Amino acid sequence: MIPLAAPEMPASGALNVLAALLESRTGQQIAANRAWRVETTLKPLMRARDIAGLDQLVSAILDGKHPDLADKVVDALLNQESFFYRDAAIFEMIAAAVSALDSLALGRRVRIWSAGCANGQEPLSLAMLFAEREEAGGPQAPEIVATDVSEAALARGRAGRYSQFEIQRGLPIRRMMRWFDQEGEDWIAKPDLVRRIQFKRQNLVGDPPPIGRFDIVLCRNVLLYLSASHRGRVFARMAEVIRPGGLLVLGAGETVIGQTRAFTPSGRFKGFYEATGLGCASVAA
Amino acid sequence: MKTCLVVDDSKVIRKVARHILETLNFEVSEAGDGREALDSCLASAPDVILLDWNMPVMSGMDFLRALKDSAVSQKPKVVFCTTENGMAYIRAAIEAGADEYVMKPFDRETLESKLQIVGMA
Repeated sequence: MIPLAAPEMPASGALNVLAALLESRTGQQIAANRAWRVETTLKPLMRARDIAGLDQLVSAILDGKHPDLADKVVDALLNQESFFYRDAAIFEMIAAAVSALDSLALGRRVRIWSAGCANGQEPLSLAMLFAEREEAGGPQAPEIVATDVSEAALARGRAGRYSQFEIQRGLPIRRMMRWFDQEGEDWIAKPDLVRRIQFKRQNLVGDPPPIGRFDIVLCRNVLLYLSASHRGRVFARMAEVIRPGGLLVLGAGETVIGQTRAFTPSGRFKGFYEATGLGCASVAA
Repeated sequence: MKTCLVVDDSKVIRKVARHILETLNFEVSEAGDGREALDSCLASAPDVILLDWNMPVMSGMDFLRALKDSAVSQKPKVVFCTTENGMAYIRAAIEAGADEYVMKPFDRETLESKLQIVGMA
């Protein structure tokens, strides 16, 4: 189930302002059980800017003399934790779904949208999987569009650069050897892999979806940070861009049940969801 | 319950790995070098081996080759776990028959994901 967002923040003026800034920019909320991490998360930024504490940080944002500070704070507060092939079985299921959809695509290329792609591990995992299938004589690899609200995260995805710690999480060693080069302590995705992905900035809550329609939309472990009303809006937007017969893939602990009428569990692909055609109808509507 | 043999000359690494593996429901045994590990495998082969590279008496690579040629019938999965983090080392280990490779330092999530990749978690 998608947990309900915290009804209120701890009684701290600075925390409230920072939470409001994050929600206004991204739709994401800071759950009460994560509020204590805010100061820790922002410490490196505050140290770099010689800012003593959260109250001074808020003052510096509000005085308007540091135009990039609010962006940096939002980037720092976004939870960008991800790893390669997260919930690995999902990727084999996606591959099976793409094969089935490919036969219905009548010569056009299957399109996948990785929504809320964080630092790029999810779209790169897809790109490796489908490039290998293509090399083995399989169908043409799907077009992959990856979006995130954070420019910093997108820059990391485009660079394809990961630390030793990040590269090991979920990525089979043979795939690392095949698709990454070592550069000092870091591992860099080969250009041939990165060019298979179109990285674009998009705020799931505030911006229109990427252009065109998609056969599969992945939005995993993102919606749990949004309020119920924002979730409803995002579901509606996704329903608009999914082709008839297309699929929505959520995180392991997420569901559409009780959240929206725009999607229903797929009868063909267990664990995935299909658009109902009820568009923007949320459960609360 | 799956069994894992941790082969490392560092007691600290063995202790850390044992702790993580036990939280992942493995029955853990330990060896301080390749020779000790080979004797252990000949007595009772584990499901998976977490293998250091540089050790006294017999290195991880020598152990891997010896295991290949040994009378151990049910060959365990072998996951190298080493500070040798260069691509040349990784390639050599995989070509010698290792199934996976963990670069130290590692944490629980990394180890768990590597064990999942080799079908052991």
